[in-house]
Amino acid sequence: MGDDYILNERNDYKLHSNKLSNTKLKKLDEFIETVPKNQSSLIAVLHKAQKLFGYLPSELQEYIGEKLNISTANVFGVVTFYSYFTTEPKGKHVISICMGTACFVKGSSDVLNEFERKLGIRAGETTPDGKFTIETIRCIGACGLAPVITIDDKVYGHCTVDMVDKILQNFSE
Amino acid sequence: MEKIQSIGELKKLHERFKSLLVLREIPKSKNNFIKTKGFDKREVLVCAGTGCRSANSKEIVKELNKNIIEARLAEKVKVHITGCFGFCEKGPIVKIYPDDVFYIKVKPDDAHEIVNKHLKENQIVERLLYEEPSLKQKVKTQNEMSFYKKQFRIALRNCGLINPESINEAIGSKAYLALSKVLTEMSPDDVIDYIYKSGLRGRGGGGFLTGKKWRFARQSNSKQKYIICNADEGDPGAFMDRSILEGDPHSVLEAMAIAGYAIGAYQGFIYIRAEYPLAIDRLQIAIKQARKYGLLGNNILGTGFNFDINLKYGAGAFVCGEETALIHSIEGFRGEPTYKPPFPAIQGLWKKPTIVNNVETLSNIPAIINNGIKWFTSIGTKTSKGTKVFALAGKINNVGLVEVPMGTTLREIIYDIGGGIKGEAEFKAVQTGGPSGGCIPASLLDTPIDYESLNEIGSMMGSGGMIVMDKNNCMVDIAKFYLEFTLEESCGKCTPCRIGNTRLYEILNKITKGNGTKQDLKDLEELSQIIKDTALCGLGQTSPNPVLSNLRYFRDEFEAHINDKICPAGVCKELVRYYITDKCIGCTRCAKICPVGCISGNIKEKHIIDQDRCIKCGSCFEVCPVNAIIK
Repeated sequence: MGDDYILNERNDYKLHSNKLSNTKLKKLDEFIETVPKNQSSLIAVLHKAQKLFGYLPSELQEYIGEKLNISTANVFGVVTFYSYFTTEPKGKHVISICMGTACFVKGSSDVLNEFERKLGIRAGETTPDGKFTIETIRCIGACGLAPVITIDDKVYGHCTVDMVDKILQNFSE
Repeated sequence: MEKIQSIGELKKLHERFKSLLVLREIPKSKNNFIKTKGFDKREVLVCAGTGCRSANSKEIVKELNKNIIEARLAEKVKVHITGCFGFCEKGPIVKIYPDDVFYIKVKPDDAHEIVNKHLKENQIVERLLYEEPSLKQKVKTQNEMSFYKKQFRIALRNCGLINPESINEAIGSKAYLALSKVLTEMSPDDVIDYIYKSGLRGRGGGGFLTGKKWRFARQSNSKQKYIICNADEGDPGAFMDRSILEGDPHSVLEAMAIAGYAIGAYQGFIYIRAEYPLAIDRLQIAIKQARKYGLLGNNILGTGFNFDINLKYGAGAFVCGEETALIHSIEGFRGEPTYKPPFPAIQGLWKKPTIVNNVETLSNIPAIINNGIKWFTSIGTKTSKGTKVFALAGKINNVGLVEVPMGTTLREIIYDIGGGIKGEAEFKAVQTGGPSGGCIPASLLDTPIDYESLNEIGSMMGSGGMIVMDKNNCMVDIAKFYLEFTLEESCGKCTPCRIGNTRLYEILNKITKGNGTKQDLKDLEELSQIIKDTALCGLGQTSPNPVLSNLRYFRDEFEAHINDKICPAGVCKELVRYYITDKCIGCTRCAKICPVGCISGNIKEKHIIDQDRCIKCGSCFEVCPVNAIIK
């Protein structure tokens, strides 16, 4: 039933392009072959597709709908319902700021503001050069390290406004 | 390893694998730490829960192993990973058996000293020990720490004890023995009666009797039934279920099989958040191992009982914690709730009778069957039996995961276990039940924790988040924070939740901006009540709770925002006022930095802020060298 795919790999950043890569589509097809072709597989297939492509553009949603014998409208409805799915490509580095309660009471919104100010974008947006995306997340469960942010797979604990500059410097090329 | 063919074989394996854990039995005499000769064999357990792993515990394991080989101790010492010890504040945790020594805040660089000093020369590394505040001295063992003294672990029994990736260790620690007992000695009705009589109630928050739920599904006439484990833990600030799945996945698999036998289901699903990669990983490993051993699949233990479990992933929707929404999500649809009845126990997944149980509820079940009803009912209060796990976080000294008997008071949890409030500020409130719960003030700290008493004071048990707040947290802002969460997570299907909560949020926002009126408080109360009475699902019906509880206990703060245009906690930016106190030395730095030039005063004399022109940017506050400016 498709238990074996991994969710925790960071999505590849993909530049805007309307053409879906054939090798990735082939991988997606292989996955779809292992699941029942109906509604019940939709969320699993979307997870797989987002892992492969980085995001779920409308052509991809159409493609998946056809493969699973369900309407594109239905696929779109599901994609937009769940916050894990995104229809926009994300930046090379995704900065996730925990806005769970434990982090919030310890000042994570100040940290968020500082990142927004430094990068000139709001949460949910990507810098024009495609380098950073800022997003807010709800509790990654490392409340002992609050406030917590993650950049790609690395966790930064006890994050303060003063640390923001230093953290961003790690990513200067 | 071949499939286990019979109950007898499983019991034999249990006896054999008990030896894997023999070093970890905590010695009874307290003077057993380090004998001058040391121990022939030792085990080092490193916490691999998400908290400690985020603080680099993986690297510690690597370094320990490297140093052990270099010190030629590989024959004598084994390093294992284990589930959450709960003391996340002091992580990463490393525990050494059989010495029973508990090291905190270990860094990869400390591995060299642990290996060469402790493991080789039998000397404790004093600097890595925990200093017990009540004794004001360093202590070596968990038993001496007040963080652990009042705890009682049932659901977390194996976390911090076994390696969650080893089914052998789990079997050594009694995993699947309850299942074998159920399959051979009890009829399905016996099992349901047993769980019913134990008084176990749903730990996801609702508190419905588990045995009763099972009975409904048992009585439903259908060939196909389903068991679902709800692992869609979405409460911000709660991480109990994840720690159980990461630390002891087999207890959940076993309980699902027991539930399957009881209601007549042969397929189970675990609906887990995609945001929990480590828990997913551990579950996948556990399911694979259990299938290999024949503890899941066809003809389990040669008894003819078939049961299998698959994982289903959530995709970031809080409302999917609601059982009807969760079921729609597993079916591949938008996770919108539907009206009950029909209850899932009658008509659930793909219209078949379905039981949805929370992770913590399930992990209690094998322990109840192994230890008996009498044992379980002796723990807790009259209406709430057993224990509850809480994720203690916020402005508290000991952030972590705690499991306490029902009936323990909030004060005991916060002050005895949690070590009191972090920093200088005074305690203000404790929030339980997440976005569905409420804030509890200091005057009610002696409330014993059970389902009923928390409901009475306007909060709820919820899934177990417990966030401590101090005087620097603004209660209007906190109410707004929770509503912001609800707004984001509301599925939008019913009007009271979609529109009602939006209006609540707008009113709160207005108050925090200093534009509130007296009528607003009345509107908040009235609207909250309407939403509670009319929303479709549990999310909407409980969403006004943070507003109502804060209005009930912290009304003066709302009134200060409205009448005096002051935020007493100094959080709401528009209402903050900066003052210069007599500490001012007249250095003029504030006057120079002020972007609107509203600070005046002569050199070496006290300065004054013109409140009418001040834009509350806080620049003066930050620049003052003598902290003469206050909020």
